Amino acid sequence: MSKAILVDTTRCIGCGACATACKVVNKLPLSDPGAAHDLPTKPLSDDGLVAFAQSHGEVGGNLSAGALNVVEAHGNVFVRRFCMHCADPTCVSVCPVGAFEKTQTGPVVYNQDRCIGCRYCMMACPFGIPRYEWEKIWAPRVRKCHMCAARQAKGLQPACTLVCPVQAAIFGERDELLKEAENRIRQDPGKYVNHIYGQAEVGGTSVLYLSAVPFEELGLPTDLPHDALPNYTYRVLSKLPRLVAATGVLLGGIFWITNRREEVAKKEKPEK
Amino acid sequence: MHLNKLPKLTFWRAVLALILAAGAYSTYARFFHGLGASTNLSDRFPWGLWIGFDVLCGVGTAAGGFTLAAIVYVFHLERFRPIIRPAILIAFLGYARVGTTMLYEVGRPIRIWYPLILWNPRSVLFEVAWCVMLYVTVAGLEFSPVILERLGWKAPLKILKAVMLPLVFFGILLSTMHQSSLGSLFLIVPTKLHPYWYSPLLPLFFIVSAVGVGLALLILASHLSARAFGACIEQSILVDLGKAMAVVMLLYATLRFQDLWERGTFAYLRQPTVETTAFLLECLLGVVLPIVLLLIRRVREDPEGLFAAAVLVITGFLLNRLNVSVTGLEGWAGGSYFPRWTEVAVSVSTVAAAVFAFGWAVRYLSVFPPARPSDGKTGEITSARAARELKPATREAELVSRA
Repeated sequence: MSKAILVDTTRCIGCGACATACKVVNKLPLSDPGAAHDLPTKPLSDDGLVAFAQSHGEVGGNLSAGALNVVEAHGNVFVRRFCMHCADPTCVSVCPVGAFEKTQTGPVVYNQDRCIGCRYCMMACPFGIPRYEWEKIWAPRVRKCHMCAARQAKGLQPACTLVCPVQAAIFGERDELLKEAENRIRQDPGKYVNHIYGQAEVGGTSVLYLSAVPFEELGLPTDLPHDALPNYTYRVLSKLPRLVAATGVLLGGIFWITNRREEVAKKEKPEK
Repeated sequence: MHLNKLPKLTFWRAVLALILAAGAYSTYARFFHGLGASTNLSDRFPWGLWIGFDVLCGVGTAAGGFTLAAIVYVFHLERFRPIIRPAILIAFLGYARVGTTMLYEVGRPIRIWYPLILWNPRSVLFEVAWCVMLYVTVAGLEFSPVILERLGWKAPLKILKAVMLPLVFFGILLSTMHQSSLGSLFLIVPTKLHPYWYSPLLPLFFIVSAVGVGLALLILASHLSARAFGACIEQSILVDLGKAMAVVMLLYATLRFQDLWERGTFAYLRQPTVETTAFLLECLLGVVLPIVLLLIRRVREDPEGLFAAAVLVITGFLLNRLNVSVTGLEGWAGGSYFPRWTEVAVSVSTVAAAVFAFGWAVRYLSVFPPARPSDGKTGEITSARAARELKPATREAELVSRA
């Protein structure tokens, strides 16, 4: 039921078409002014998007409010970095006003109309993904990949997987992509590290990675627990009602006892 | 005595004016040029001084309010009643300051009240936001009799006194909740925060150390108020507070060091890192040293010695909160954060405003009444003003103890 993206870093050729396509669908400025000049003002058809992104790829740079998907080079391996779309997302759990939502179909989406700008999501994300529009004065937003939730709602696949010329990133049902990833590892065990990154990390993510080199060499955090991070908070927060009730009773009891002691003292005083 | 105080006062006024001017410019920079232009915050360091100092330290240092409320109203330790008002005033001003600086901190300050209508009960920050909003109201109401007395408004005073006790209880419960929850904020970053500071027991550490620093700030405020305004507080009360502080800090040290030992954190001490320096400074200067000082009777009973111990506890507390929110995260972020001067100016100027408001209240309202005259163990009354203010304090004390 839940969609996901499988990134096979052994297939990625570092063309950067996904980064460009992401910028086009999110109406973000392209790094190359020349490329921006080529961009038609009218909304592109999917075929037009493929053609444009593949001929104007962008590689490098860091994630920012203006780049929600980047292609990093680690040695001779290219790795896409974007939101992992966790199954039990940290950002969804920490946001005090519920500006984030894990949709049933997979994407983790952000609602700017609720956001107060506390940036706890950025602080808490184990992958360090969300970015902020620091330069905006009145209405800065948190920015991150939303797995083209709007396109998905129309039955289309995300722009980044659409434009990938070598199917290094593919879009599909998470269960099926996991099977596909297992197959690839089984068929070529010498080629792959025997691990599907994102299968179990922080309780599983809707973005999965395959790699030929250890994942820490790709800049992905490898010390993550397999328990979803919101549980770390919930284990404590869930005890709070009990703690408050117990503290209340205890304080009331102490108040009662010590107050009575005072009354007794008052009564005894005149006799002395 | 009054003569040599006057020039000192003008000097401090000049300093205050300077600080407030810097704060005013920073306010302009923040609201007209945005967070990017007025802070050194970045995508790698989304939280900085305003969370680390203003929120974490601000809420913690105001913990004297609920601690004293519990000591006097719940445990009925009447001899501490003379400092309940300064404690609640510190709490109110502290929380008001937290609320004010949050307006600078959040990206969209106009929406600061959104947690009231947009709920996410799974979020620790949601709970903290609610508790802080409720507690600032409670602390304000707890302190308001002092103002109402001054104005001579009897009707609202009556209503307030009728609800005072439930209010105090509510305040204590709110405080135990959110003081610990400030620690819970960081439970979600087990892989980001350095093992010196990350622990599943963070909420426990936060509330215990908050009680300790709350007492420390109360000692500090009483000491300075006595020096600056001749406020009268029996030294033996402060010494007892110092003892309580020693016990709380000892409890904190025991919990903390046991936890560090169990998680094998002391192994990191062999690494000469920034974190190790920060950790040692925090623990030795801010935890071990004040405990040792407080356990020595001669130091504890000397006003300056007690004051020094309180200052150390506060320093250790500030270091701890900044380590949890900034230093401990630098390793993960792969860089360092140092606040821009405008960030510092906002923090310092709001502290200055709170101190100024406290001083103003001490001078014009009956904040520091001496102990009840009926209660054989009263302290000597050192100022005429304090003597004049005996009456309302007694009345309030009677009403509350009757309730």
